[in-house]
Amino acid sequence: MKLKVTSFLSGIVFALGLGISGMTRPIKIIGFLDFFGHWDPSLAFVMIGAFSVYFVAYRMSRRMPAPLFIENFSIPSRSDLDLRLIGGAAIFGAGWGLGGFCPGPALVSIASGALPVLIFVVAMALGMYLHAWTAKLGQARSAAPSTLNIAADS
Amino acid sequence: MLLFEGRIAGISGMLYGVLRPTRGDTAWKAWFIGGLVAGGLLLRIVMPGAFSFGVVRSPAVLASAGVMVGFGARLANGCTSGHAVCGVSRLSRRSLVATATFIACGALVVGIASYIAKVAQ
Repeated sequence: MKLKVTSFLSGIVFALGLGISGMTRPIKIIGFLDFFGHWDPSLAFVMIGAFSVYFVAYRMSRRMPAPLFIENFSIPSRSDLDLRLIGGAAIFGAGWGLGGFCPGPALVSIASGALPVLIFVVAMALGMYLHAWTAKLGQARSAAPSTLNIAADS
Repeated sequence: MLLFEGRIAGISGMLYGVLRPTRGDTAWKAWFIGGLVAGGLLLRIVMPGAFSFGVVRSPAVLASAGVMVGFGARLANGCTSGHAVCGVSRLSRRSLVATATFIACGALVVGIASYIAKVAQ
């Protein structure tokens, strides 16, 4: 129960943060990515703010034996770089620049009821299913015991 | 999220968790996403300007962008929230590389798109 409440409240706070900082407005995203044109650096400050808060929270969490409402932490620990990470990030970045939305702001913007947002969100869900499907195909093809780490972190 | 639940607030991962539910590990993700939408409704009341998008691409472009964002985020195990915010703040090597890659590719695409728009004029 507690987890549901903290998740729900975290979602609300996150949404407000995205809205206030301008992350829900594609014009700001595209402006931030427009290094070759009229670069709008304001989102860089948002990111620096988010990093600072999270950096402190992460240091605090390292000193806690366990989170407040659950038995243990689950934090990604991989440090290897692979083609999947870089290729995925490249495809993601291209989509981000093209549409001006990333997953969080797109979900928040569902509340606007605007059709373009709904199109984007449905397509994003399809993209995720497409990935699951291709990953399964890839696994079936390489019959060797798979060491693929598909749903590791995020 | 980190301090209370000991987890990373990675949005693409949570969304996928809801799209393909596994027993016992879905409710908190669904509640977070519900919170995002509820926060969006709140914004609509207190700050309608948050949804003045400014640029709205055509449905075909948005649909392709959506597929790329969904596919890419799953392949890279994370999106802006998981890699750029949570990962970079933890100084994770994978997240630093992923974030630099998203921004570089995004900038490239925006550069190409504005070049095409300029030529088309």
